[in-house]
Parts: sequence; C-alpha cells; structure tokens
Amino acid sequence: MNWKSLQPYLLVTPQTLIFLVFLVFPILLIGVVSFWGFNGYAMVPGFTWDNYIGVFTSEVALKIYLNTFRYVGLVWVCSLAIAFPVAYFLAFHIDSLRWKVILFLVCTIPFWTSNIIRNIAWVPLLGKEGLVNQILQSLHLTQQPLEFLLYSDFAVVLGLVYLYTFFMIAPIFNSLMRIDRNLITAARDMGASGFQVLKEVILPLAAPGIAIGSIFVTTLVMGEFVTVRLMGGGQSASIGKLISTQIGSLQYPLAAANAVILLAVTLVMVAAILQVVDIRQEL
Amino acid sequence: MRNRPLSFYFLAAFFGLFLLFLYGPLITIFILSLQGPDGALTFPVRSFGFHWLGQVFQEQRVGNFVEPFQRSLLLGLGVMGLAILVSVPAAIAFRNRFRGSRIIFYLTIASLIVPSVLVSLGIGVMFQVLGWETNWFSSGLGAHLTWTVPFAFLIMIGVFNRFNPSYEEAARDLGASDFTTFYEIVLPLIAPSLVGVGILGFTLSYDEFTRTSLISGQDNTLPLEIFGMTTNVTSPALYALGTLTTVFSFAMIGAAFWGYQFFAKRQRE
Repeated sequence: MNWKSLQPYLLVTPQTLIFLVFLVFPILLIGVVSFWGFNGYAMVPGFTWDNYIGVFTSEVALKIYLNTFRYVGLVWVCSLAIAFPVAYFLAFHIDSLRWKVILFLVCTIPFWTSNIIRNIAWVPLLGKEGLVNQILQSLHLTQQPLEFLLYSDFAVVLGLVYLYTFFMIAPIFNSLMRIDRNLITAARDMGASGFQVLKEVILPLAAPGIAIGSIFVTTLVMGEFVTVRLMGGGQSASIGKLISTQIGSLQYPLAAANAVILLAVTLVMVAAILQVVDIRQEL
Repeated sequence: MRNRPLSFYFLAAFFGLFLLFLYGPLITIFILSLQGPDGALTFPVRSFGFHWLGQVFQEQRVGNFVEPFQRSLLLGLGVMGLAILVSVPAAIAFRNRFRGSRIIFYLTIASLIVPSVLVSLGIGVMFQVLGWETNWFSSGLGAHLTWTVPFAFLIMIGVFNRFNPSYEEAARDLGASDFTTFYEIVLPLIAPSLVGVGILGFTLSYDEFTRTSLISGQDNTLPLEIFGMTTNVTSPALYALGTLTTVFSFAMIGAAFWGYQFFAKRQRE
C-alpha cells in the first residue's frame, strides 16, 4: 500500500472512530445486555431469554408498540400532507431563487432551536384555559373547554408533526428543485392537465425525497419520548417512553431488550421504504 | 404582475398558515414571558414588563440556570470544534471514491436515524459496564457527537461537491505539498462554510436533549434543567427561560449566516 491509496482511510479514521465508540459499540452492548439478568437493583451478566419473553408476553408492552405505530402512521400522513404542498409552493410558485432560499430558511429556522421549548410553547395555546379554548368559547362554538387539546394523543401527534415536518420539507424541496422544468413544459405541450403533470411527472421524480423524509420521520417518531411526556401527560405511551422509564428504574436488561426490538422494527420500516423507492440517485 | 393560476393563491394561503403554525407557539411564549409580576401561565396578559426575564437570573427555588448554561456553552464549543476537526478530513476523503466509502457513508447516516433513545441507553450501558462515571463532558459529549458530526459531514460533502479543484491543481503544479495545498488554498476557501457548519453544530448541541437525557451524570445541561423545570415550575419564569434560550439560538443562527456571508464576501474581494 502506498501513501496515496492509504490517504482516504487515514482521513476518515477520526470520524469513524467516533461512530465506532459512541454508536456501534454501545448498540452491540445493548444487544449483549438484553440477554443479561436483573436481580432487582443491578444487572447480572449471563444468558437468558427472559427479557424478550417478558416483552412478547406482556399485553401492556404490546399495546404500547401498537400505540407507537399509530403515532408513526399519523405523524407520517400529517407531515407529508403539510410538507409536500409547502415544498411544491416554494419550488414551483416562487420564481426568484433568492426568495426560494429565503422562504426555505424561514421554514427551517425553528428546527435549530430547542425541542423542549417548542413543546412547552403549545401549553398556553392548547391548555384548558388556553388561547384556543378561550377563542372557541368566546365565539360560542363550544360551551365547555375542550379537554382533548392538551395531554392527549392528539397533542402528542400535533407536537411531533410540529417538531419533525422540517425533515420532510427539506428532502422533498431538494427533489423538486432538481426536476428539469423542460419535462413539465413538454408534458403540458402534449396536452397533460395540471393534475396529470403532478401525478405522472412530479410525483415520481419527488418520490426519493419523500422516501428520505419518510425515513427520518419514521425513525425520529419511533424513538421519541420527550414529546410523549410533555404533550401526552400521564396516559400516552410509546416505546421510547417505556424504555426511558425502565432505565429510570435501572432495569437495563429489560430496556435493552425493548431497544433491540425497537431497532429491529425501525430497520424493517426503513428497509420497506427503500424497497418501494430507490433513493440512490439522491445520495 | 403576471397572471397567476388559482393554485398559486391556494398554496400561498397554505404556506402562510404553515408559517403561523411554525411561529405562532413561539410568539405566544415570547408574549407571555414579557408580563409583569401579576402574570399567569395563560392569556389574558394583565400587564407587560421584564419581571420574569429578570427572575431567570435570580436565585431559584427549583434550580439554577447560570451553571447549566455555562455547561451547555462549553459542551457546544467542544462539540463544534471536534465536529469540524473530524468531518472536514472525512469529507475530503469522500471527494474520491475509495473501497469501503459506501459503508462509512451508511454508518454516518445510521448515526442520524438510529432512534435517539438507543444512543442514550447504549452509551449509558457502556459506561456502566466499564465502571466509568457518566458526565456531561464525557458520555454527554459522545452522545452529542453522534448527532452533530453527521450533519457537519453531510454539509461538508455538499461544500466539496461545489468546490473548484483547479486552484489546488495549480498549487500542486507549482510544487506545493498536500499539507501546504490544504493550509494555503483549501482552508481559506472553505472557511466561510466552516463558520456556518461550526455554529449550526453548536446550536444542535446546545439544544440537544434526548441523547443526553440519561447520561449527563450529576450536572445537568441547560435543556435537561429546563425539562426538569417543566414538572415543578408554574410561573411565567418557565416561558421567560424558553424565550431567552430561543433568542440565543436565533442569535446563533443569525451569526452563522452573517459569518458565512462576511467571509464569503471578503473572499470575493
């Protein structure tokens, strides 16, 4: 091996080391620990299937998994329904590149701020004495304050959509910006209606962006527990919250088993998305 | 004005509503944090003032924000420096294809999409098994890197994609070594992007919660302190703190764009 062919490997070593130490090794360790025992206050090295059996035979755990899938599905649908029109508007209806970029940045700025603050910010709006209820009551649309607005599944989904729609907008906007405008002109010249252009030309070309956004939204929601805690109050549950609760009571092996299942389910979802759409052209 | 189709107005209205959705809640807590001493957690606002903003800096019954802020600041700076130090060489390596580059690329993406609770749990378990103590500057730092380095790396790949190699080739033709070429030619050219990447990395770290939540050790970072506050603070001081850190984040993002443009402009001259 001469210096030139060794060079790229030396250059990627520091970054790769960080991922090996703080990502790959910890996750492998989770896999190992998920087979360990638990004696009530600490984990005991060993080999047992008890943790997995515990998860799969627990009705509560099953319900929590189903509830998490429900969150993923709802958040995915809502964020796509918001992100596509927004990205489409920026890409096709704003003419100057400068304004496209400025408006896109306006959409992204809140993403760089604290998730916790962004969740808390909904409380004075949605609470029992919140602004939404005050307005609804003063307009006599409702007699009593609507209780489902905060500390409910509705609030959790709203919070998650609020936090993660950015991850849908950015890749879809990127895909739409790459579409050759001549294709659209050609389709129109051949008599395609606006809807046909959207369905036959734009959507297929935007599919990789939608897929990347879907991967981000799915994986982010799968592991989420902050929003579920802050917006869901006591009742709402997700796998992430379950894991964090188990860690809170030091049940590391059980948390690890749940984490392994969570990772496996997430990977299956990502693989399923990649089966439907080929994203390689975007990378 | 040219004639716009109906769909333009429809989508423009939709976009406007989206911006309201995006900024409405933030504006709400800004307003509620600017109340007088008789302020409450909900509307209506009885009087305006800076009472609650001042409260944040006072000694608190439920926590102290100055020290967590200092920790988050230090941590953010460390993460920023490390992210740049490792992602720039890696992105340079990716200018040419090499065996295994694909795996390393996927590893980076994996770091972004692995459910964040796994990173926290994994590092926590690792420190537990090795018998180390978790701390914001050790385990916390590692967790932050798994989130910020991929962003820095992906942005730097984008930067190098648009990078004109002819300057480097000229330098090499004149006999400059690889190191000299990097130091004298490449580094000044990518400096504006480094400012941007650095500050964005800083804000990502400054606001990070999930990955750090289980492994920060005894001393909280600012987002963890705020999270603790949500359960036991029932005064607008909570909103005031939220407003202050959000304003700080906005200032940082502004600084990132300003810094990028400042250096880019100086380069053109």
